[in-house]
Amino acid sequence: MFESLTQKLGAAFASLRGQRELTEANVEEGLEAVRTALLEGDVHFRVARDLIERVRSDVVGQKLVQGVEASEQFIHSVHRALVELMGPEDASLTLAKRPPTVLLLAGLQGAGKTTTAAKLARHLRQTHSLRPLLVAADIKRPAAVEQLRVLGQRLDIPVFHEEGLSTADICARGVEEARRGAADLVILDTAGRLHIDDEMMGEVEEIARRTKPHGTLLVCDAMTGQDAVRSAEAFQERLTLTGLILTKLDGDARGGAAVSLKAVTGCPILFSGIGEKLEDLDSFHPERMAGRILGMGDVVGLVEKAQTEISEKEAQATYEKMVLGSFTLEDMFAQIRMFRRLGPMKKVLGMLPGMGAALDQVDVDDRQMNRLEALFTSMTPHERIHPEELEVSRRRRIAKGAGQDLQAVHDLLKSFKAMKGMMKQMNKLGLGAKMGAGAKKDTLRGLSDDGELAGASGGMLGGLLGGGGGLGGLLGGGGGGGAGGGLDSMGGLFGGGGPAPPGRSATRKSGSKRKPKPRRKKNRRKRK
Amino acid sequence: MGIFERLKKNLVRTRTALSDRISGLFRGGRPMDDSLLGELEELLYTADLGSAAADVVGELKRRHVRGEIRGEEDVRHSLRTSLLERLQPEGGEIDFVHRPTVLLIVGVNGSGKTTTIAKLAHRFRSQGRSVLLGACDTYRAAAADQLETWARRSGVEIVRKSEGADPAAVAYESLARAGELSCEVVILDTAGRLHTQKNLMEELKKIQRVAGKQDPEAPHEVWLVLDGTNGQNAIQQAKFFTQAVRVTGLIVSKLDGTARGGALFGIQKELDLPVRYIGTGETEEKLEVFEPEAFVDAVLLG
Repeated sequence: MFESLTQKLGAAFASLRGQRELTEANVEEGLEAVRTALLEGDVHFRVARDLIERVRSDVVGQKLVQGVEASEQFIHSVHRALVELMGPEDASLTLAKRPPTVLLLAGLQGAGKTTTAAKLARHLRQTHSLRPLLVAADIKRPAAVEQLRVLGQRLDIPVFHEEGLSTADICARGVEEARRGAADLVILDTAGRLHIDDEMMGEVEEIARRTKPHGTLLVCDAMTGQDAVRSAEAFQERLTLTGLILTKLDGDARGGAAVSLKAVTGCPILFSGIGEKLEDLDSFHPERMAGRILGMGDVVGLVEKAQTEISEKEAQATYEKMVLGSFTLEDMFAQIRMFRRLGPMKKVLGMLPGMGAALDQVDVDDRQMNRLEALFTSMTPHERIHPEELEVSRRRRIAKGAGQDLQAVHDLLKSFKAMKGMMKQMNKLGLGAKMGAGAKKDTLRGLSDDGELAGASGGMLGGLLGGGGGLGGLLGGGGGGGAGGGLDSMGGLFGGGGPAPPGRSATRKSGSKRKPKPRRKKNRRKRK
Repeated sequence: MGIFERLKKNLVRTRTALSDRISGLFRGGRPMDDSLLGELEELLYTADLGSAAADVVGELKRRHVRGEIRGEEDVRHSLRTSLLERLQPEGGEIDFVHRPTVLLIVGVNGSGKTTTIAKLAHRFRSQGRSVLLGACDTYRAAAADQLETWARRSGVEIVRKSEGADPAAVAYESLARAGELSCEVVILDTAGRLHTQKNLMEELKKIQRVAGKQDPEAPHEVWLVLDGTNGQNAIQQAKFFTQAVRVTGLIVSKLDGTARGGALFGIQKELDLPVRYIGTGETEEKLEVFEPEAFVDAVLLG
């Protein structure tokens, strides 16, 4: 539905070629494109307006950096402004000096408070070794108490509730219970309430007054539209909010509400809900969110993941194989395995820009990848190193071994050939040598008209699975054979593995600025 | 009190009425030019109109150039007409032609499915129909308990199984039981699922398929419940759910707050889905038949 912002900006800045700096006049069209993207991403219009002004004053007068697309430089500023607005990244929860720490969760109906309460209890038990107590204070929604009880049982976390009491009383008693030594963390799950419901807002105010929570967290649905601002303002008026939790981020919502909420309440976004399971709670990453709101995908997240999961040695080896042309099926297999280590296909691909819609069309899932792996494992090591020896009878055997038809083997080999061919071509053009960034970029551009990371992703899966491009295409996505985008993103993705050609996506700062992005130590934990 | 009055009452509370702000645009005899129209477009975005805002204002611009629109009144009038044109006139209250009529209710997590079902059950029950609820949400903890509480309150039948049971089996049993009791309406509650979760969408297809085993035409209606406070993502939801199952109508929930459900315009632009009801409160009687005119007025005045 959304035209990628990167595409729009590319068009808006086409006229900038040959100019030296960004001026009031020549950024106007770009700013307009950004404004539309923000509004369509559900950023509140007031917030969007402020952000545009911020970007305007930031970019006007900027000298255009040689070798970097103007649009890229521009979008980088937008991205940075968004990150600044949503940050800081390491916003963490403050715990009480003298336990128990009391956390009050509030929000509209259906925001996901009850599930979040359970997730949060589990998370803090794990990260801070706390003994949590969940307090079921939603006596309005039928069976809400029961829901929390069941979740508590699953997690082996006690749930406090007393029949016949008012919500404020339940909460107060729950805190008392914890004080008596039952727990050092109390999470109060309250009923969903409408911000204009005076009575209900008064009730939550009373809970806060009686329990004096150390943290009052507003739970918000990432799919919320412009109303996010109004409701958050209202909650902020009645409660002293200390943080926000964004839920349902595992969907395809752009999540512009995140920026609005942060801007309006001034509270840090502490956590994000990223799935239905009780362990699906993550800290909030403004960088990724910014890319997401702009419709650029979560390249930063992917790079980060790749950095933690794939060693530089592996990346270097792959890179060398590719440029030296000694690429075999064995290497392709290794690459696929490496790629799969990043997580379930759907999650990984979803992090790539513009993949949301494409994913839907190409219908890739882990089962398909399993089938692919089955083909590889049905080959002998010798066959993997000498794919040229795979005549029909061998292919037939492989198909049989993998429980698939012959065509699947043909397709795989076709992909492999295409990949190898593409690498050879690049090699011929001298890509492997350490050449100037500018020249390399031109080389890439010569190979692919539309080698940018965003957009053009439809063809990439078709590449590997349908037999066109190959894994290079699968990883990065470029039009046609997936050549440009392919290697481009390999360089970026496996950061450090060979000289990274300059990317055309603003999120990949290492490429565009030609200085390595400092690796963040924080938040770099292993993901399942 | 009709929806219009109620929404008007909310309007007083919020003091951020779109209508007031439109008036504000014209204050001081400001001429109608591109900058004014640009600001108008921005205002429309606050009602979650999304790209429909640009469409509507584009139309205004063209008519302005032709000299058809001059001042504030023309703008208001034209906005109203233009928004109204974008809504499907059909929809509204369901006709019960089958017995039992099987309704399958779907939607993302927290959109308000179970509450909406409680309201539907209450509504049909007070029309004197016999209703049976099928608790096909076997995933969320205590979802069936929640539905059962509502069923008891409204005095309708319920079929439920243990947590983790196959939702399609619950659907099958619900239809069978409805046959035995000769119920007139069967409403199937399903677990909330984000539309991007392929396997869960497959599960939904299965429920639809299995319901068809009892009666080839069932489910007769598949209604998608949209959270009225959602923004442009509602369009994605509508698209994906429509691709997975045979969605025949929409219910917009949570319209008793300050959100206006403007994403509906974007949905109706891309999909031909009538809106049946809107949810305007937490209690079981807070369900109203959708009326395009009242809806548009609420958008503009709320």
